[in-house]
Amino acid sequence: MAELKHHDEPTHHEHHIVSPGVYLAICATLLVLTATTTAVSYVDLGEYNTVVALAIACTKMTLVVLFFMHIKYSSKLTKLTVAAGFFTFIVLIMMTMTDYISRAWGRW
Amino acid sequence: MDSHTLAAQTADTGHVEDEHAPFLRHHFESVPQQREAATFGMWLFLTTEIMFFGGLFCSYLIFRNWYYPAFVAGSHTLHIWAGTLNTTVLIVSSFTMAMAVHAAETRVRRALMGWMIATLILGCGFLCVKAYEWHDEWVDHHVPGLNFGPESFLHGTKAYPDDKLPLDVAEKTQLYFSLYFLMTGMHALHMIIGVSLLTILLIQVRGGKYVNGHVAPIENFGLYWHFVDIVWIFLFPLLYLISRHQ
Amino acid sequence: MSTILSLPDQSTASLPKVSYLNKEYGLKSWLLTQDHKRIAILYLIAITFFFFVGGAMAALIRLELLTPQTDLLAADTYNKVFSAHGIIMVFFFLVPVAPAVLGNFLIPLMIGARDVAFPKINLLSWYLFVSGGCIELTMMVFGGVDTGWTFTTPLSTHYLNTNVVAAAMGIFVAGFSSILTGLNFLVTIHRMRAPGMTWFRLPLFIWSYYATSFIFVLATPVIAIALVLVVLERIIGIGVFDPAKGGDPLLFQHLFWFYSHPAVYVMILPGMGVISEVVACFCRKRVFGYTAVAFSSVAIGVFSFFVWAHHMFIMGISSYSALVFSLMTMLVAVPSAIKIFNWSATMYKGSITFDTPMLYTLGFIGLFTIGGLTGVFLASMGMDIHLTETYFVVAHFHFVMVGGMVTAFMAGLHFWWPKITGRMYPESMGRIAAVILFTGFNLTFFPQFILGYLGMPRRYAAYPPEFQVLNVFSSAGATVLAVGYLLPLLYLTWSLKYGKIAGANPWQAAGLEWEIQSPPLTENFPVTPIVTHEAYDYEWLASKKGSEVPTVG
Repeated sequence: MAELKHHDEPTHHEHHIVSPGVYLAICATLLVLTATTTAVSYVDLGEYNTVVALAIACTKMTLVVLFFMHIKYSSKLTKLTVAAGFFTFIVLIMMTMTDYISRAWGRW
Repeated sequence: MDSHTLAAQTADTGHVEDEHAPFLRHHFESVPQQREAATFGMWLFLTTEIMFFGGLFCSYLIFRNWYYPAFVAGSHTLHIWAGTLNTTVLIVSSFTMAMAVHAAETRVRRALMGWMIATLILGCGFLCVKAYEWHDEWVDHHVPGLNFGPESFLHGTKAYPDDKLPLDVAEKTQLYFSLYFLMTGMHALHMIIGVSLLTILLIQVRGGKYVNGHVAPIENFGLYWHFVDIVWIFLFPLLYLISRHQ
Repeated sequence: MSTILSLPDQSTASLPKVSYLNKEYGLKSWLLTQDHKRIAILYLIAITFFFFVGGAMAALIRLELLTPQTDLLAADTYNKVFSAHGIIMVFFFLVPVAPAVLGNFLIPLMIGARDVAFPKINLLSWYLFVSGGCIELTMMVFGGVDTGWTFTTPLSTHYLNTNVVAAAMGIFVAGFSSILTGLNFLVTIHRMRAPGMTWFRLPLFIWSYYATSFIFVLATPVIAIALVLVVLERIIGIGVFDPAKGGDPLLFQHLFWFYSHPAVYVMILPGMGVISEVVACFCRKRVFGYTAVAFSSVAIGVFSFFVWAHHMFIMGISSYSALVFSLMTMLVAVPSAIKIFNWSATMYKGSITFDTPMLYTLGFIGLFTIGGLTGVFLASMGMDIHLTETYFVVAHFHFVMVGGMVTAFMAGLHFWWPKITGRMYPESMGRIAAVILFTGFNLTFFPQFILGYLGMPRRYAAYPPEFQVLNVFSSAGATVLAVGYLLPLLYLTWSLKYGKIAGANPWQAAGLEWEIQSPPLTENFPVTPIVTHEAYDYEWLASKKGSEVPTVG
């Protein structure tokens, strides 16, 4: 029945059970990244401090989303939902910043 | 005609056992359909959460750019050890929660309960550390609106003797602390909701639920918990780290 | 295998013995129901109540504006009345009306599902809606709020001592109701479709509701956080919106309109879905350019997130940024126009019958076109500086919201009334009401375009005497409009008991919801339907009868 139900996305993909080893590895990586980002924050990289910190945070998020939250093994629909959430978040930031960045242009 | 036959075949070969699962609600055709609906619903809820926190992140970005020195000085007053400790606690709790979902999927009740209790303890631990930090900020008069004074930013601190801000700049640290309390407060509120839900689930697991293949509630709670973890993964660098070197 | 086996003879139609309406009795069976159809009825009752409360406020406003002086209401009372009108009509009528009533009732029926994906959450969202409404009404009894429905900072945070906190919390609670409804619909549309119901066999109604739902889910949380910030600003003074503490009042407007502009499309998109269904049925034709109409709904939904700052052109935002927002706003006209053109093309050479839903639909197309085109005026920055905060804006959004959405909702309510209740309303009364509504509406709001162009600002209890003639026109029109809304309330209620029995498919319409009995069974479909054709197969329907299918009425 379910086969017929959804022509656009595969429904019957086996529900993937991630092995504890993977979880452990991800957890270890996340902890290493936490230590790294804390350590790097004391090094003066100028404006790159922010870049590095956020890059590490994004990496950590990606790991959590992909493995802990099983997105790597999820249907396209779920992947798309996550993408839509982040996309709208970016729209909020970007379109608001168009105002804040250029508000003073020509008024100095 | 073809469709009927196909449907019948799927039912025969597929989820005969599941068709009669006690937790299958009447309006779903099959257990996988029910489970996918629940997961998809949870993810949609998490997108609303992204947008909810999104408003705060957006405000943070704007005001950090406007009042950069005040935000740097404000950031310097936080305990980096507390932030790092809490990040570690949350990451480990995410791991234990992932293991709990795994235990539910493999239908091992003792393991499930064990991992859930571990998650619960770690969650409470996080809140305790957070409460300690907030208490410190209250003592230092850093709570905007209720108990705020810019005095501590006028003369520099032991760790950061350069943080001598003029009064008008020092007053802007209030915005830093507003956003700090809003973001960590909203996050802690989510943690409190999470801990409460976890307690309820734990009682239900003790009564024998969720180890018969009905994983969706545990799995969805896991998603929620990981999401709260992700929010902290961003709060930690933004509030504690990125101004640390100055 | 065909889905429409026989078309029932209307003259001998009888009410089915068992339906969702009489399966269970008693107040408890309604208040604790998880049936999407009963929840839709609960919403209909609650929303009708709010509509008439908001309508009463509108009546007060128009009465006050009959004369240039502030004689009926004092200026601050007037402010509270128009704020109450705006808050109730926007958050407790326009946003939930079409999704929660028609969507709840029809989405599962149209896609061949037994219920929405999360029936308990569906009921919860009704309770949240009602709680939010109760907070709002209590707030009004205890003095009201005079910020306008927009809660603009710093007015709402620093300069008023009215019940802003309570008003904001009421909307916050009702917002969760919207989020949960949208979430429920998205999961239902994605996961509960009957076998064979592919995306491009879906009725266009579903496409519109899909776009509506993702706006609900993605935009509503932002107003939630914005209102939380306003509340905290008022209670403890966190300073985010307080210029004295370095905050930015405009930030509130960014966050507010990030929701509230998409919310405008939440108000109109479901109406467009209704119109697509009605046009196809009463022209006996497939909707022209199905794919274009479907994707234009999604496009409106996506564009809606890029246009919000056109509400802020004169508020001191960057003019460069305004340029971007202005351009994006004009782009919205493209998918909207695609819809209008496609409906017109559907009517071209169709066998049109002018039954009540079709009359409302024709009204919608005219009024929405005017409302939409004046929106393009307001999107162009130069015009906007002249027209913003005048009655031109008031007329513009009433043309879109009331002329568009409410008319479309009336079309939908009349179209599906026989499905909801199993009975027909008196057709002649329906037609009269539709014409009265159209006339009254134009008489009320068209003068406001002129008033606005001449420079009469909105939100004032008094105005210069030279504007009186047009204001009298507008107030007179409002009484006609009120008749246009009260009439359906009366005859629809009357028809519950005395209306003719409708039978399963009184309009001879195509679509899954018309293949089951009216009113439907609690489980909707005794056997899961298998869909083999798309929703608008009127050619097929006609050939089945051997001649053009007549309509009833």
